[in-house]
Amino acid sequence: MNKTLKGKVHKYDRDNIDTDVIIPGPYLKIHDHKELAKHAMEGIDPKFPEKVSQGDFLVAGNNFGCGSSREHAPIALSQTGIKAILSPSFARIFYRNAVDGGYLLPIEIDESTVEKISDRDELEIDLSQNRITNLTKKEQYSMKPFPELIAKIVEAGGLMNFKPGSA
Amino acid sequence: MTITEKILARASGKQKLSPGDVVFAKVDKVMMHDVSGPGVIKVFSEWEKKGKKLERIWNPDRVWVTEDHFVPAADRVSAENIITLSNFTKKYGINRHFKYGLGQYGICHTLSHEEAMVLPGEVYVGGDSHTNTTGAMGTFAAGLGHTDVAYVLMNGQIWFRVPETMFFKIEGNKPDYIMAKDIILKIIGDIGTDGANYKAMQFAGNVVNGLTMEERLTLTNMTTEAGAKNGIIEPDETTFAYLRERTDAKYSPVHGDSNAEYSEVFTYEMDKMEPTIAKPFSPGNISVARELQGTELDKAYIGSCTGAKLEDLREAAKILKGKKVKIRTEVLPAAQSIYMKALKEGLITIFMEAGAIVGPPTCGACCGAHMGVLGKGEVCISTTNRNFPGRMGHVESQTYLASPIVVAASAVTGKITDPRDVRQ
Repeated sequence: MNKTLKGKVHKYDRDNIDTDVIIPGPYLKIHDHKELAKHAMEGIDPKFPEKVSQGDFLVAGNNFGCGSSREHAPIALSQTGIKAILSPSFARIFYRNAVDGGYLLPIEIDESTVEKISDRDELEIDLSQNRITNLTKKEQYSMKPFPELIAKIVEAGGLMNFKPGSA
Repeated sequence: MTITEKILARASGKQKLSPGDVVFAKVDKVMMHDVSGPGVIKVFSEWEKKGKKLERIWNPDRVWVTEDHFVPAADRVSAENIITLSNFTKKYGINRHFKYGLGQYGICHTLSHEEAMVLPGEVYVGGDSHTNTTGAMGTFAAGLGHTDVAYVLMNGQIWFRVPETMFFKIEGNKPDYIMAKDIILKIIGDIGTDGANYKAMQFAGNVVNGLTMEERLTLTNMTTEAGAKNGIIEPDETTFAYLRERTDAKYSPVHGDSNAEYSEVFTYEMDKMEPTIAKPFSPGNISVARELQGTELDKAYIGSCTGAKLEDLREAAKILKGKKVKIRTEVLPAAQSIYMKALKEGLITIFMEAGAIVGPPTCGACCGAHMGVLGKGEVCISTTNRNFPGRMGHVESQTYLASPIVVAASAVTGKITDPRDVRQ
C-alpha cells in the first residue's frame, strides 16, 4: 500500500448511499470483477465508470455503503479505479469488506471537510501523516487515523495476509 | 457484561471484554448462499493466484449452505453459480447444503432457525447482511462479506470490535393488529438507518418476552436496517421450546449479567402503537397506516426472511380469508417446510381463492432479483426489509414496507389501508 495517494474527486453529496445503488441486485449473480465495474454506482450515476481514472477518490455523505453485505460493492468501485472513499461514516460491512479484501480505503473525514471538497478537486492523501491536501484549493484537512487493527490489515494488503489471533 | 460481550469473551478466550476491544473470536457456524458462496469461491481463486491454496476447510461440519437468492435458477448465470456452489460443497465435504427441489430449502435466515442450524450462545457469521436475524435465538449473529467468510472457512475465526449495546425495553400491552414488524419499523424511524452503526441492539421487556420465536426474529432481522452489527434477545423458555421441537443438539446458553452496562436504554410503551409503514426510499422514513390511507398501489408482496414465516402467513390469511385482492398479490413462503405447514393449515387455499399467486421460497423480488420485480413507476407494499431506490426493481419504482397484516389489508382494497378498517 502506497503511503501517498493522489487523484481526482468524484463527489456525491448525499447521505446513505446504499449498496443497492452502488451495485443493483440483478448484478449480484456476476462475479467477474471487470464486468461488475461497468455497473458501479448505476443507481445514482450510470456514467460513473467512464468518469473515473485510476487512483481517483469518491467523496460522499454519512453512512456510505449501508444495506447489504455484497462484496460486489467495494469490488465494483475499486475496479473502476477508485482508491479511497472519503466520508464522515461508513456502514460496518462495507467498511470491513473494503479493508479485509484490500480493495480500497474507507477514510473517515469530518462533515465540514466534505463540504470544503468539490467535485473534480485534485487531492493528495498522506497516510503516514493522516493529512489530506487539496491541490486545487490549496487547503489542508485532517483524516481520522485508522484504528490499530485496521492499519495493520491495510499494511498487510488485506486480511488474507493476516494471521488469526494477532489482534 | 452484556450477553453479546459474554458470548464474544467465551469465543475469544477472554475473562472480560468491553466495547471497543478488538478480538479474534472462534466461529461456531458459518453460512453462505448462492450469491455470497460463488463470491467466496472467487476470493479463493484469487488467493490461489497469489500462492495461498485452500487445501481443506477448517471444519466442514460447521459450515452450511443454502440456495435462496436466484432460485429456482433465474437464468443461465444463476444456474452456473448454483453448479459452482454444488461443486464446492462436494469437494470440501460440506454436507449441509439445502438444495431447491431436493426437500427442505429456503431463505438462509429462515433455515437458520427453522432447521435449528444455529444455537444459543454460539458465534454465527454468514455471507448476508440479515444474518443478524438469528440473534433472536440468543446467538451472536453478524453478517460478513466474501473475504471474511473465506477467512473463516480457512481459519475458523474472525476479528470483531466488541460493540456497545443499545437496550430496547418494550413494555405494555400489544394492541390487536400490531406485529413485531411495526415495533422494529418504529424503532428504526426513531434512531435512524445509522442509529445503531457498529453497535448491538438488544430487545427485552414484557412484550418481547411474550412474543413467539418467529415474531422475535422479525425484530432482530431488521436491526441491519439501523446499521447494527448484531441484534440479540436473551434466550428463555420460548427459545428452548422452539429448539426442542427441532433438534437434540446440546448447547450452552449465555445470559447477560444483571449489572451489564448499556450505551443507551430506550423504553417503548406499546399501548398506543399504530400499524406502521416505511415510505420510499428508506426503512427509516416512517409513517403510520392512517396517515398514508388511500395511497394507490400496484402490487402487494408477502415474502422474504422478514415477512413470510409461518405466523406472517397466518396473519395475512386471517385478513384475506373470503376476500378478493384488488391488486397483483404475491405470496412466497420463506422455506419449503413453512410452505408445507401453510398448505396443511389451509392458508395456501385462502391466498389462492383471494386471487394471489403463491410462489416457491426465494429471496426473489425482495432484492430485485426475479419473480415479480417492479417496473418503472410501479408502487408496491411489501413485508420485506428494504426500500432503497431500485431495491425491488426499476430505480423509479416505489416500495412501502409494512407488516403482513397491513400488506394483506392493502391488497384487499388496492390502496394503503389501516387493517383495523378491514377486519370484520
